[in-house]
Parts: sequence; C-alpha cells; structure tokens
Amino acid sequence: MPADGGIGAPNKRREDVRFLTGKGRYTDDINMRGQVYAAFLRSNVAHGRITSIDTSAAADMPGVIRVFTGADFEGIGGLPCGWQVTDRFGEVMQEPAHPVLAQGKVRHVGDPIAAVVAATAEQARDAVEAIEVEIEELPAVVDMKAALEEGAPKVHDDLTSNLCYDWGFVEENREAVNKAFEEAAHVTTLELRNQRLVANPMEPRVAIGDYAAHNDESTLYTTSQNPHVIRLLMGAFVLGIPEHKLRVVAPDVGGGFGSKIFHYAEEAFCTFAAKQIKRPVKWTSSRSEAFMTDAHGRDHVTKIELALDGDNNFAALRTETYANMGAYLSTFAPSVPTWLHGTLMAGNYRTPLIYVNVKAVFTNTVPVDAYRGAGRPEATFQLERVIDKAARELGVDPIALRRQNFITEFPYATPVAVEYDTGDYVATMDKLEEIADLAGFEKRLEESKARGKLRGLGVNCYIEACGIAPSHLVGQLGARAGLYESATVRVNATGGLVVMTGSHSHGQGHETAFPQVVAEMIGIDPNMIEIVHGDTANTPMGMGTYGSRSLAVGGSAIVRATEKIINKAKKIAAHLMEASEGDIELKDGQFTVAGTDKSVAWGDVTLAAYVPHNYPLEDIEPGLEETAFYDPNNFTYPAGAYACEVEVDPDTGKVTIERFAAADDFGNIVNPMIVSGQVHGGLGQGIGQALLEQAVYDENGQLLTGSYMDYAMPRADDVPFFAIDHSCATPCTHNPLGVKGCGEAGAIGSPPSVVNAVVDALQRAGKPVTHIDMPLSPARVWEAMNQ
Amino acid sequence: MAQVSMTVNGMRVSGEVEGRTLLSTFLRDTLELTGTHVGCDTGQCGACTIHVDGVSVKSCNMFALEAEGAEVTTIEGMANADGSLGTIQQAFQDHHGLQCGFCTPGMVMAAAALLKENPKPSEAEIRTYLSGNLCRCTGYHNIVKAILAASGQDVAKEFAA
Repeated sequence: MPADGGIGAPNKRREDVRFLTGKGRYTDDINMRGQVYAAFLRSNVAHGRITSIDTSAAADMPGVIRVFTGADFEGIGGLPCGWQVTDRFGEVMQEPAHPVLAQGKVRHVGDPIAAVVAATAEQARDAVEAIEVEIEELPAVVDMKAALEEGAPKVHDDLTSNLCYDWGFVEENREAVNKAFEEAAHVTTLELRNQRLVANPMEPRVAIGDYAAHNDESTLYTTSQNPHVIRLLMGAFVLGIPEHKLRVVAPDVGGGFGSKIFHYAEEAFCTFAAKQIKRPVKWTSSRSEAFMTDAHGRDHVTKIELALDGDNNFAALRTETYANMGAYLSTFAPSVPTWLHGTLMAGNYRTPLIYVNVKAVFTNTVPVDAYRGAGRPEATFQLERVIDKAARELGVDPIALRRQNFITEFPYATPVAVEYDTGDYVATMDKLEEIADLAGFEKRLEESKARGKLRGLGVNCYIEACGIAPSHLVGQLGARAGLYESATVRVNATGGLVVMTGSHSHGQGHETAFPQVVAEMIGIDPNMIEIVHGDTANTPMGMGTYGSRSLAVGGSAIVRATEKIINKAKKIAAHLMEASEGDIELKDGQFTVAGTDKSVAWGDVTLAAYVPHNYPLEDIEPGLEETAFYDPNNFTYPAGAYACEVEVDPDTGKVTIERFAAADDFGNIVNPMIVSGQVHGGLGQGIGQALLEQAVYDENGQLLTGSYMDYAMPRADDVPFFAIDHSCATPCTHNPLGVKGCGEAGAIGSPPSVVNAVVDALQRAGKPVTHIDMPLSPARVWEAMNQ
Repeated sequence: MAQVSMTVNGMRVSGEVEGRTLLSTFLRDTLELTGTHVGCDTGQCGACTIHVDGVSVKSCNMFALEAEGAEVTTIEGMANADGSLGTIQQAFQDHHGLQCGFCTPGMVMAAAALLKENPKPSEAEIRTYLSGNLCRCTGYHNIVKAILAASGQDVAKEFAA
C-alpha cells in the first residue's frame, strides 16, 4: 500500500486534521468586525395574499437597525432559473418570478415576507415576532394531479395554469412506442411514488454579506457548492453588481448533496442589506428554517409500463411522471425530471423504444431541485422496480431477466439521446454475486425462518450520467450556462505548486485527491501541492461541484493545466541542458535528455523560471503558471449492480437491512479510500429514502415534517457494514483520467434493491404484495402484509 | 446579563451571558471555540456534543449559566499535549471516518464518552450509542470502524469493506 502516493493510492485526507481538532472554518465560524444579524419573518400559511405589513413596532425594538419588506426589493431582480425546458409542443416552460422577499403573495410555508437586521441574532428574532402582517389565506394546492385540474387555485396568478411544462421524450417515438405496446407479448405496469426528501446536510445554510465602501466591493460568504455560479446569478440577475465588484467565498462547507447548489434569497438579502446599512449582515439558518427553505428533492409520481416480447426481451418502455416543482423554480429544477431523468430511462438494457412524458407542476410547497442523484434515482427506481415486477409476473429469475437484456456492446447509443462509451454490466453483476455471496442466500433464508423472520433478497442495476458538462450538449438541452471546469496551476520558484480549481469540496476530499493527480504527472510528493478552492477572488471561473463531476471535469482541467506546465518546464529544461526540447523526458521529478546521463531536477527548472539569469527569454516568458478550461464531449456513465438482504418482522412490519453489497464501475480511481467513503455515504442516504425519510405536507400545505423530531434521518443503527467493490473498471474513453464519478451512485442504486428485497420477503411468505411505496415504514409494511 | 465562569479545556474562562444564552453559543461566540457545531434546534443531531464534568452532553440543550464552575471539554481539547491527534481522532483519520467534518467534533466527543464507559464496545453497541449523533456523509460505516479501531479491536485492513 503506497503512502502519500499518486493516482491509485489511498492517501489519508489532509483536511481531516483541521476538522478533527475543531479548526475547520465553516461560514458560521466567520464573524466580521461590526457584524449585525438578519432574521426572517416567514409565511406560516401555504398560500395567501399579504394585505398589510406594519413594521413600526419591530423597528422600535432594542437593537433593531432596519426592517426590510418586499417594498425594498421592488425593481430588483428575482432569483433566476438556470435551465429552460421546451415542452412537447415546442413551447418554452412557464417561468414565474421568484422574489427575494414576497411581493403581494406568499406561496409556501417558509416563504420570506420581511427581514429584520439587528445588533444580535436574538434581537433580530425578537423583532421579527413584533412585525404585524395580515394575510388573506387562499386555498392551497398540494397534490400535483389536483393542481392540474380545471379551476384549481393558481400558485401564480400571472401563469395560465399550474403546469410548468408537459415534456415528451423522445416525442417522435411516441407513436412507435404505443404501437410496440399493442404488439407486446407481455406488459408490466407499475404505479409508484418517489417521495419528497429533504437533503439535510448537517451544516445549515449561512450567509454573510459585507460591503467595502472604499472600493465599492461586495463580498458574500456562503455555504455553497459553487461560489462562481452564485456570483454570476446574484450579480447579474438579482442585484446588478458586476462580477469584478462582487466576491463570493464558500469556505469549509458541511455537506451539500445538491441543496447548496442553488442561489437562495437569503444570500441576495444579506449582500443587499450590507450595502444598504454599511455593516456586515449575517444570517444563520436554524434547522427548522432549513426544512422550509432548502430546496427539497425527488417528489415524482409515475406510471411506468414495460413491454416484453415472447422471449422476454424488452421491447418498449413508456412512462408518465408528475414532477413537483414546488412554488417557484429553483435554480436547476426544470432539468431534474427531464434531462437528468428521461435520458437515463434505458438503464443498463437494450430497449429499442422508449417514451418518457413528464408534467412539471407548481404547488404551494417548498421548491424542489436536485438532491444527490437528481433525476437518476427516480429513473433507476422506476425501471428496476418494473423489471423486478415483470420477472415475478413471468416467473423468471430477476437477475436472469436483467442479464438477458443487458447492453453488451459499446459504444451504445440509447433511444433516449445519450451514448454510453464503456461499461461491462455482466462483469459487475458477476462481481456482485460474488461479494454479496448470493450462493449463500438460501442458507441465510433458513436461518431467518428459524428465528421467525421473513428474509428477502433484492437486486438491481443502475446507470447514471455524470461529469455534467458537455456544454454544447447541455446548451441544446436548455442549460443557460456552460458546464466546463477550470484550473490554474501556479508553480512557485522553489518547486511547490498551488492548484486553484473551480470545483468545490464539501466533504469529497479534493484537497487530498487532486494533488495525487498532479503528483503522478510530475513525479513529486503530493504534499508539495496545495489545493485552493471556494473563493472567486482566488480561483478562475468555475462551475462547482455537483453531479459527480469534480474529478471527471475539474480533475481533467487540472490535468490540462499541468500538461501546459510540463510542456513549458521541458522547454526551460532543454535550455538548461543545452538539448533539444523533443528529447526531454520527465520522470520522478527529474528532467533528463533521452539517451544521455544529463538531468536537472524539477526544482532547478522552477527556480530558473523565476530567476531567469540563464533563460531563453527570446523564446518563452519567465514564470510558471497556466490555466486550462476543460469541456468534455460526453457525459460519463458509471454503472453497477447492488444487492440487499432484509429481514421483515412479521409481527411489526419492521424491516432490518441484514446485508448490503455494491459492485460499481467508476472507471479509473484516484483515491480508493475516498471512493469507498462516497459509496458508503450514498448507500446511507439511499437506505434512508427506502426505509425512513419523507417530507410530508397536509392538505393545507402545512409541512408536518419540519424538524428531526418528525423527519426520520438514518442513524448508525439503521444501516449495516456495507460490502463494496469497484474493481470492475472500464475507464471512461473521453477524459484524460478515464474516471467516471462516484458521488451519487450509492444514493441512486440502493432504493430499488431495498424495496425489491422487501417485496421478495413478503412474496416468499405467500403475501400477494407487488409494491409498497417508500419509505417502507413498519406501518406500511404491516398494512401491505395484512391486506 | 450575568457573569459565568467555568474551566474549558483546562483554561479558566468567564464571560457575560443572558439567561437564555446556550452553552453552545457561549463556546462559539464568546470563547470563539468554533469546533463545537450546531446542526439542529431540537437536540437531535449531536454535532454540539461536548463533555461537562466528564459527562457527554449536547451543548445546545444547556444554558451557559448551568455550566457555572464546571469542567468543560470540547473538540479543541482532544488532541495530545504535543498537538498530535489523540487516539480517537487518529482512528477517524486512518479509517476515513469523516467527510465534510461538520458532525465530526460531536462524533469524536460521543466516541470518547462511549469508550470511557465501555472500552471494548461491539459493533452493535457502537451503533446504538451513536444514535444521538447524525452524520449525512459517511453512512456511518467508517465511523463505526474508526471507533472499533480506537478501542484496540481488529478492523479489516482492506478499503473496500
């Protein structure tokens, strides 16, 4: 086992030392001189018209500096949406305004109405209580299908209905798919819900706005996965601050899982208010506020149908999904049920005809956007559940039915617009069967029976599209931004390097993994390399971290910038050794001249670059710093096979995860320890979705799960040790590292195997149960067993 | 406002607090010991776990004034005297028991309290003990592994386990 090695070494994480000793620097740990505090008055009703706001009593409260309402934001831009979907009739989606503070109407519980800035956080919260607001409550729409009925209350008065878009994919295939269903030997139909979840990173969101009068520069410290994107969105679309007068800093961030991608009202408010009152303004979310303001995830209701021919080959797939957008369009919300979902409906299988219909709906609920996996867990869940149901209807082994329909030749162009470059689904399934010890299942089944428990086995596959770029492709799909990544590599005179990346680490270990890439290329100790990220003042334009893209896109940008460094360093080395540039080789940090014993060390060359006493000044500039922007030409396609064994208590319906195995193909791997950790975490979240988690609204739009008292987070005793393997690697063909991305796999792949396992356990016990909606709480399982 | 005094990580400290000031707020804002994190407002997440007079407590569930005269230990007091990582901290790094680091101080403090009570806990005992500490990153796998290792028990060496 190499220690502090290059690519492939399980280097221990250098960032751990500060986190383990309490020296991390999260946004809430930052306190500015003269700082004051913001607190928000939030709507306690789901839908209503604001008839009056009286802030006079609040303004007189101790410590209060100023009270802001929607009136202060008239004429200021709303929060923009970064993705525009075109519907199946060629029309663009309906896109409502999203004000920073409510303008006349409130549209979900938690919608901000007013804000107090005061000397202390307690004084700000006290004064919020003293704001007198009158709201004429309006009927709320919560259920998506009800929201689309004629005469349903409209979330946005200026839109024609609550339908954001009605998307068909691939629309041209619609009739051919319908015809295939008419001719099918067997059709399996399943209606299911992918329930609403709350991302719940352990660090609540925080924003600190600061304004420097001496240079008219605004700074926002924020808990973000992508500070440059926030700078662009907030500067250009909300506050009208040019990017060179706006700095966004996202320091240590305590998890994101998607929910910290988006631009939030509190960020714009604190930046705006700081300039107004000329004091730094800080807002720290409580967990209760997080539940009603952080973008939620999932919330799809789907009917999926799978058509098979007489030989059990998949012939066609048809889905109809209702996707909840909530009350406003969060930054990337429209892309999740469409391009991150429809394009993955082929899964790991040869299905020649696919048609996906998605109706995105506005309701009086918190906006819904990307949450770990974003669209791909929804696609995987439907597909892998319907395949399991089909196998049971046809009386064939669910693994055999999958194997029979696997894609086996690559590249493979799916009927849903993407081309898988590499994969080996047979090998990952073989590996799964080995690490899950499926051969031993029958014995364990008997042991469970002896204990009076119902045991079940669930298996599924998954595929995902990661490394979100290709800008040319996402542009066609409706993205309003490019999705490349950038890197600047700065070599110091004494040979150490600083790598500035637009990727952002909020738990992924970039500070450890990225240096391994550069160290491998130059042949030096990774500890000579420092990673800088999370500050628009220090790093080139970046698109941030989400969609398992950091290594595939950000890491590739670092490779490109390092290649430029090496090319220039070779020129300098050639000069120093009076040799031809083409003869220079770099290995283990030494430049040599091929076929000779001449050599100069990495440090000699870097010093020459900055002390150019003997330097080819007529040919190359002094200095050693290079920037690269990398934009791949395809997504990456990680894939895998997962197996779950559960025990169900027949008396209570309680499900226990007894074994869980995951075989993944992530392509090449830079730090296997970090990759394993990413899979573990994804599995924890996926099992949380399958068994525990759900955001629940009542029919009036009140959020019933607004704290950890009501929203069941997975705890240490809800999960087992996981058996995982990522040795079946088929490297990605179109990025220089051959990597595919691993951050979301566990969350995408695990929910169907848990549900498949519970259905298997109940069917083995003779119960005619074909599906239970997540979360599989004891009550739901018991009810299904005792129908 | 009232005066409160206590010993934190071996140092005598005092400060002015309101009656409603939480111990976690006093540690973070007055003493600038920001290693203690606040992740919820219902005493569920455990990120703010510290030791008061040797007992593990959630510092967001205690008023600063209630700690008058107490011996308090926070994550900042857990390293060895020479500044190197303590046994539990080192085990968390060795076994990748943390990712974003936000729950980590609470996890380390909870683990220390567990091992004081039960020096060789089983996997099941560790999982049960940690049920008051939420982690969203690790799936708990490597946290449990780290605590087993910190207690001197054998932990499989391979990474993909």
